[in-house]
Amino acid sequence: MSLTDEQVRNLEIKANDIRQSIIEMLLEAGSGHTAGPLGMSDIFAALYFHILNHDPKKPQWEGRDRFVLSNGHICPVLYSAMAHSGYFPVTELKTLRKFGSRLQGHPHREYLPMLENSSGPLGSGLSQATGMALSDKIDGYKVDRWIYCSMGDGELDEGNIWEGAMFAGKEKLRNLICFVDRNNIQIDGFTEDIMPLEPLTDKWRSFNFHVIEIDGHNMREIVDAVESAKTIFEKPKVIIAHTIPGKGVKEFERKFEWHGKAPNKEEAAIALSELRTLAGKIKSEHQ
Amino acid sequence: MLNPLQKLNPKLFDKDVEQVPIRKGFGEGLLKAGENDKNVVGLCADLTESTQMLAFKQKFPERFVEVGVAEQNLAALASGMAAMGKIPFITSYAMFSPGRNWEQIRTTIAYNDRSVKLIGSHAGVSVGPDGGTHQAIEDIALMRVLPNITVISPCDSVEAKKATIAAAKTSTPLYIRLAREKTPVMTTEDSPFEIGKAQIVFESPDGRPDIAIIATGALLYKAFLVAQKLEQEKIGVTVVNLSTIKPLDEKTIKLVAEKAKAIVTVEEHQVAGGMGSAVAEFLAKTFPVPIEFVGVYDKFGQSGKPDELIAHYGMDEKSIYNAAKKVLKRK
Repeated sequence: MSLTDEQVRNLEIKANDIRQSIIEMLLEAGSGHTAGPLGMSDIFAALYFHILNHDPKKPQWEGRDRFVLSNGHICPVLYSAMAHSGYFPVTELKTLRKFGSRLQGHPHREYLPMLENSSGPLGSGLSQATGMALSDKIDGYKVDRWIYCSMGDGELDEGNIWEGAMFAGKEKLRNLICFVDRNNIQIDGFTEDIMPLEPLTDKWRSFNFHVIEIDGHNMREIVDAVESAKTIFEKPKVIIAHTIPGKGVKEFERKFEWHGKAPNKEEAAIALSELRTLAGKIKSEHQ
Repeated sequence: MLNPLQKLNPKLFDKDVEQVPIRKGFGEGLLKAGENDKNVVGLCADLTESTQMLAFKQKFPERFVEVGVAEQNLAALASGMAAMGKIPFITSYAMFSPGRNWEQIRTTIAYNDRSVKLIGSHAGVSVGPDGGTHQAIEDIALMRVLPNITVISPCDSVEAKKATIAAAKTSTPLYIRLAREKTPVMTTEDSPFEIGKAQIVFESPDGRPDIAIIATGALLYKAFLVAQKLEQEKIGVTVVNLSTIKPLDEKTIKLVAEKAKAIVTVEEHQVAGGMGSAVAEFLAKTFPVPIEFVGVYDKFGQSGKPDELIAHYGMDEKSIYNAAKKVLKRK
């Protein structure tokens, strides 16, 4: 069922909170990735506040949906979404990348056991999510749950992704729903200059995935895509989410230079002021 | 003399000693592990028969997973299955797993601390005619360098079976190294085996050894033959079967070093980073003694018969004997 206007606005406010925390934590850390986390904030808000069947107070609950982050470098958005949904205090976000922190520069389960996987080196998350989905298939889907996987688009250069895709297609893993963050940038430049991915939907279709394309900043489209994916029985699903890297902060948007750097004090102040103004707008529209 | 407590094969020194490929023991062990625990699953990368997973596939088809020639997926997929409570055994030739997929093993299995059991078959130059591309002589080093991973190199098929059954009961990532060729069966069902425990299989009758030979894998047999020869020359010898390379049984290694004060290590692997290195790293800081290392010295393998290659790369009886004589002079 589609979201009500109120639900959309609530999720947009959550996405805005997540973005503000991303800026704050990156400023404090002094390094890290900015563009990807901001670009994926809407999807993470939708996941952690609407889509995922999870219990932040019981992170090891057996029946939970699984969420596998393959592109570990966007972990500020994961940490932020987890903190805002109650897995750990929001204040802890400021320990990102610091010695002894549970919030490692790239996610590590040993430090934060409530993570489903450790990641950083690209290309192996789809295989891990596929292994989870395969286990459910072997067990006859006796637990009714979904396995989600988030991948970046630059990450699709990795051969391991396509090994995993071929396998998921072969096994018709019906409880596997993947997101590809199609933001068109990677470290060295635009994806289509570095290593063209298009025609991307054809690629996934030819690997026997059901493919859905969406605007990754439109809450209704995000939630509808997942609902629609759940109706497809015989195939794994991939949602190609077109996103704007750096979304929410005009100065950062669409610039690949922001892939791997953190804002300084001035840049963060501009970003936070912009995000707060936006939050005010969303709230006033709601009232 | 053979250590009677080890209950070794009484025909060990007979010319017609039974010969069985080490990998066969894995196949039998996996079948047993599968019977013991329904969470045991077998994953293979297009080498089901030669890595001895066929029997498991036939008995438990619903728990057998064919991933095709895709070793990176093999490792990361198994990590995901382990996250859901499965006990995945993943097999390929050691050159491809852990050779090809080392980073996936590092990140998704070791760093991620997922209880995947890695089986590297066809290790060593004794793979023979296939040539150097297929002869993994780096795998012990590749696995031993990773935190969280247990490394086991069984000496024969019987020990491989026991190691496999025991591996399924552990909750950590683990690597078992197997070989292709038929090799002598040295241990019996009654021989003691425990992950992490070195076994003293041959002892000096007077309890005062002049030298200790520490061997891993099928070359243990050649260590026995050399020990017998040295004993005839009135040289006291201790032979250790070091099947678990990591974690190292430091207590036993130190004990034999203190008694013999000279050591030869024997492995079908690069000397750099292998079992001998593990022994030397430990003894250098606890009880330094002269050590000679029998293994491959910074070379790749090539085609040939197993025995030709073992001799060519300096791991035959003669090489072990010469290493023993050399280390005795260094005492």
